[in-house]
Amino acid sequence: MKRYFRELSVVGTLLAVLLGLALFAPAFFSPQPLLSLVTREAPTLVVAAGMACIIITRQIDISVSSIFSVCSVCAGLLVARGWPLVLVLPASVGLGALFGAFNGFLVAVMRLPSIVVTLATMVTLRQGLNLIRQGEFVNLPDRVQWFGLSQTAGQLVLVGFALVLLVTLAWAMRHLAAGRYLYAVGTDAEAARLAGIRPQLVTLFVFVFIGSLTGLGAMMNLAQSPQVQPLTGNGLELKVIAAVVVGGVAISGGRGNLWGAFAGLLLLACVSPALTHLHIEAYWEKAVQGAIILLAVVADGLRSRQSNR
Amino acid sequence: MSSPLLVLRQIVKNYGGVRALRGVDFDLRAGEVHALLGENGAGKSTLIKIVTGAHSPDGGTITVVGQRVVDLTPATARALGIACIYQQPALFPDLTVAENLALRLDATNMHARIDWTARRARATSLLSRIGAAISPDTEVRALSMPEQQLVEIACALGSGARIVIMDEPTASLTQKEQRLLYAVVQDLRKNGVGVIYISHRLEEIFALADRVTVLRDGQSVGTHAMGDINEAGLIRLMVGREVAQIYPAAQSAPGASVLSIRGLGCKSSGVHDVSFDVRAGEIFGLGGLVGAGRTELARILFGLTPADSGQITLAGKILHLRSPQDAVAHGIAYVPEDRRRHGVVLDLPLAQNITMAVHRRLFPKTWLRFGAERVLTLNYIRDLAVKCAGPDAHGSSLSGGNQQKIALARWLATQPKLLILDEPTQGVDIGAKNEIHKIIRRLAQEGLAVILISSDLPEVIGMSDRIGVMAQGTLRTILPSGSDPHTVMAAALGTAA
Repeated sequence: MKRYFRELSVVGTLLAVLLGLALFAPAFFSPQPLLSLVTREAPTLVVAAGMACIIITRQIDISVSSIFSVCSVCAGLLVARGWPLVLVLPASVGLGALFGAFNGFLVAVMRLPSIVVTLATMVTLRQGLNLIRQGEFVNLPDRVQWFGLSQTAGQLVLVGFALVLLVTLAWAMRHLAAGRYLYAVGTDAEAARLAGIRPQLVTLFVFVFIGSLTGLGAMMNLAQSPQVQPLTGNGLELKVIAAVVVGGVAISGGRGNLWGAFAGLLLLACVSPALTHLHIEAYWEKAVQGAIILLAVVADGLRSRQSNR
Repeated sequence: MSSPLLVLRQIVKNYGGVRALRGVDFDLRAGEVHALLGENGAGKSTLIKIVTGAHSPDGGTITVVGQRVVDLTPATARALGIACIYQQPALFPDLTVAENLALRLDATNMHARIDWTARRARATSLLSRIGAAISPDTEVRALSMPEQQLVEIACALGSGARIVIMDEPTASLTQKEQRLLYAVVQDLRKNGVGVIYISHRLEEIFALADRVTVLRDGQSVGTHAMGDINEAGLIRLMVGREVAQIYPAAQSAPGASVLSIRGLGCKSSGVHDVSFDVRAGEIFGLGGLVGAGRTELARILFGLTPADSGQITLAGKILHLRSPQDAVAHGIAYVPEDRRRHGVVLDLPLAQNITMAVHRRLFPKTWLRFGAERVLTLNYIRDLAVKCAGPDAHGSSLSGGNQQKIALARWLATQPKLLILDEPTQGVDIGAKNEIHKIIRRLAQEGLAVILISSDLPEVIGMSDRIGVMAQGTLRTILPSGSDPHTVMAAALGTAA
C-alpha cells in the first residue's frame, strides 16, 4: 500500500475527477463519446508505455513524435498501394524499431546524452518528412478505417488491444528479468555493471523497444481515420512524457510503473472533455494540464526530500 | 617563529555512531611545516575538514592567531587565511587560469567591471612567484594534475593565506615537479606561512617538515620535532599497540591453487608486474596505503579494466577477462569498495539486490519465480544473520554492516570460486565487523579462495593466511600470517625491503 502510494494517489485523483463529472456533468459518461475519447488515447497509451520504460532506465526519447509521423505516413503510403494490413503492421513496427536502434546506438554505444540525440532525430525526421511530403495528406482506402468493421467494433478492438498490451507489458516489467534490468540500470548503472548486467545493451534495447511501440501506435492511429496527415504525431512526446511523470515514474530513473503511467494518461486526457462538459473555456485545458504536471513534480520533489532526510 | 597560528584543543567529531576524532590536540606555528601522519582512517581528513570549516566539530576549541573561533565555515576559514590544497584540485576546467584565480580571490561584486589586464598581471606574478611556467590564459582543462595543484597554491598565496594545508600534494607529481613543490613549500615557510603537510612518504616528511604529529584511531599519539624521531619511531607511533581483537583462525590447511596471476599489469590503471597465487580455502590479504593499486588490481581481476600484460589463470584455465560478465561466468565475484554506491542498490528491495547477478541461474525459464527468489533471500538473511525487516525491505533501511552482508550475499549466490572483498568492513561498527570476519573465515573454510583488500592494518594481519603488500602499483612483498604490523607498514610505506 505504502509502496504504491504515489500511483494510488493518481488513481484517487482520477476517480475524484470522474466522480465530480458524474455529479455535475453526467453527459460525460454517455457511452459513444466516452469510447471515442478512450480510443483516441489508445495509441498514446502504447507510446506512453514505451516512454515509461525509457524513463525508468534514466533516458528520454523526445523523437517519438517524429517517429510516429514518419511511421504513419509510410504505413499510409503502403496501404494506399494496396498492401494488406498484416504486412503493413510489421513494416511500421520495424521502421519504428530501426529509428529506435539508431537513437539507441548513439546513446548506448557512442555515449551521447539521449536528450540531444533524440532532439536531433526529432527535428531531422520532422523536417525531412515535411520536405518530402510537402504537407500532403495520404488518403486511405475505406477498408482501413476501423479495419472495415463498424466504428464501435473497431474502437473496441483498438481499446481492447491497447489494454491487453498494457497488461502484458506491466506483467513483463515485474516478472521478467529484463524488467528488473531496466530498474537496476535506471537506479545505478555502475552498480548494475558491477553486478554483471550490461547497461549499454539494456539502453539499446529500450530505445528499440520504444521505437517499435511508436510504430505500433502509429498503426493504431492510422486505423482511426480516412487519411493520414504528416503532422499527426506533433506534440506526442510532451503528452506521453507528461502522462508518465504524472503517473509517478521518476524522471531521475529507477522508479515507477506502467499502471501509474496509464492512470496519468487518463487523468490528463479527461481534462479537455471535462472542461467542455463543465462549460469552461477550452483555453484552460493546457493550463489545467500544466498545473497537474507541476503538482506531480512538486509531490515527487517533496517526497524525495523527505526520504533523503 | 613562536606565535602559534592555529591551536586545536580536544577536537571531537562523530559521524553517526563512529567516533572519527576523539579529542585531538594540534598546533601550528608561523613559518613551520608541520606534518600530519597516520594510517588510513586515523582521522587526518576529518581534522582537515574541521580546520577548513567544511565540517563543524562536536567538541573542542579552535584558536586562530590567538582568537577563539566558533562556527568556522569555509568562508570564515578563508577570511582567516586558511587555504587547503587538495589532491584533486577543485578548479573550473573551462575557465582560464587567470579567471580561476580571479573567481577565488576577487570579492564578488556583480556589477563591477572586469579589469582583464590587472587580472592577467596578478596571475602572472603569482605563478612566477612559485616558479610555475603556466600561461594565465590557458584553460585549466589543458593543465596536468600537478599544474593544477600549482594553480591552487598560487591561489592560496594570492589570498594571503597564513595557514596552508597540503593533502598528499606529491601523490601524482613527477620527481621534477616534486622538487618544484618542495621549493614552493620552503618559500612559504620563509614568508612566515604555517604549512600543514599530509603525506605517506616518510622521506618527504623528513626532508620538509619541522615537526610531525601522528594520529591514530582519531587521537593524536604524539607531536615530535623531526630531529627527535626516526622512521622506526614514526612507524611505531602510527601502528601502536595491538588492539586485543580476536580474529577467527583457519581450521585447516588451504587446498590447491585456484587463482594464479603472473606479471599482471594494466597501463591505464598504473598496476604493473603483479604475481601471486591464491589457494582454495585461503584468505589472501592485500595491504597497502590508499592509492597503492589494490582496488585497481581487483578491477583488473573482475574485467572492469582489462589487463594489457601478464596472465590470469583460474582453476587451471587461462582467462582473458574483458568484462564483468566474463569474470562472473568464470566464477569470480567482486564486492566493491564503495558499498553505498556500487555494492547495494539502496532504492531496490533486498531480494532484488541479492538476485541481481544470478538471474540466469535462478530463473532458467524466462520469467521470474518470486517464490524461489524469496527462499534464496530468506536463506541468506538467516545464514548471514542480516538484521532487516524482510526480503522486501529496501537497501537504504539497513545499517552499514547489514548492507555489506547483502552485497556479500549477492555474490555468494553466484557460487563463485574466487571472492574479492574490497574494504568489507569500512565504516562498519565493531560488532558487525566481527560477524563479517567470521563469515569470511567460514567461506574460506568451505573452500572459497578469498582476496581481502583492507586498509585496516590489524584486520588484514589478523584475517589473512598470507599478506601481499602493495605500493606504487605493484606487489612489494608477501608476508606470512600474523606478521609484525611494523613490517607490514614499513613495506607499505616502501621504506624497508
